[in-house]
Amino acid sequence: MNLSLVDFLFYVFATISVGGGLAVILSRNPVTAAMFMILSLVGVASLFVLLEAFFLAVLQVLVYAGAVMVLFLFIIMLMDVGPDSGKRTALSKTRLISGFVALFGVGLLTVLTLEYSGVATDSATHWQDVAEETSVEGANVVFSKSVKSFGYGLFTKYMLPLQVAGFLLLAAMVGVIVLSKKQDEEKSSEATEDASSASAEPRPEEA
Amino acid sequence: MDTIGVQDFLVVAVLLFSVGFLGVVLRRNLLFVLMSLELMLNAVNVALVAFSRHSANMDGSLFVFFIMTVAAAEVSVGLALLVALYKKRQSVFSEHMTMLKN
Repeated sequence: MNLSLVDFLFYVFATISVGGGLAVILSRNPVTAAMFMILSLVGVASLFVLLEAFFLAVLQVLVYAGAVMVLFLFIIMLMDVGPDSGKRTALSKTRLISGFVALFGVGLLTVLTLEYSGVATDSATHWQDVAEETSVEGANVVFSKSVKSFGYGLFTKYMLPLQVAGFLLLAAMVGVIVLSKKQDEEKSSEATEDASSASAEPRPEEA
Repeated sequence: MDTIGVQDFLVVAVLLFSVGFLGVVLRRNLLFVLMSLELMLNAVNVALVAFSRHSANMDGSLFVFFIMTVAAAEVSVGLALLVALYKKRQSVFSEHMTMLKN
């Protein structure tokens, strides 16, 4: 079997993304896991490039590898959680059951995909050529390389979902502010109560 | 792409999803659980883009855009919750999150 360059790259990127994912769930140290997660996300972005969805690949790197994983690393280092201890807790019944359920789910998913992916795609491995320009076919926007297609689709067919997504982001922002602020106030009031009731001696950083 | 079809991308998506699923079910550190959730969302993204490209329809790619939005919101809220829990419990392990018990 002779592999073209693109096919070879597919296998490389698939290995990177799946292997990175495996390394994430197997590593003990959260920082290491986050680094492997970035590797996996970049692998997925490369798969997007192979599928000629260039805009999504850029978004993947910017939003996931850039913003989300930096947030993760920030929180990990803020909480200063070390590596998980090497010792495993005793295999409880719940854990055993959940492991079996997970394996069963994975097996079912794999079998179903292998069984039906051929049906869904009519065994056609040939990819159509990707349009360069934005075009509309009936109610659908045709897949194209141009970013304009995204804008066109988002602001016509998906106008309402776009608004909802914006509102979701606003809600998440407000939620995060409330979550962190309220906790702070409780904490500080507790701290002042503790300080007033328990300790008369000043803390070193206050002195 | 001569020998690579949609099926191959689907297999990659299933593998990624399975890895993420196993991470969610088996890890006890909530940071890892959140990361595994991200992995699962990414797997779905791969499948969506592959189908979108195959059927020359932009809908799948636009859906990926929304999934990214939801994932970003989910991570920010999840991490805020995790920090709040950590302040209370000094732990990020799921077995220590028993405030609703009894």
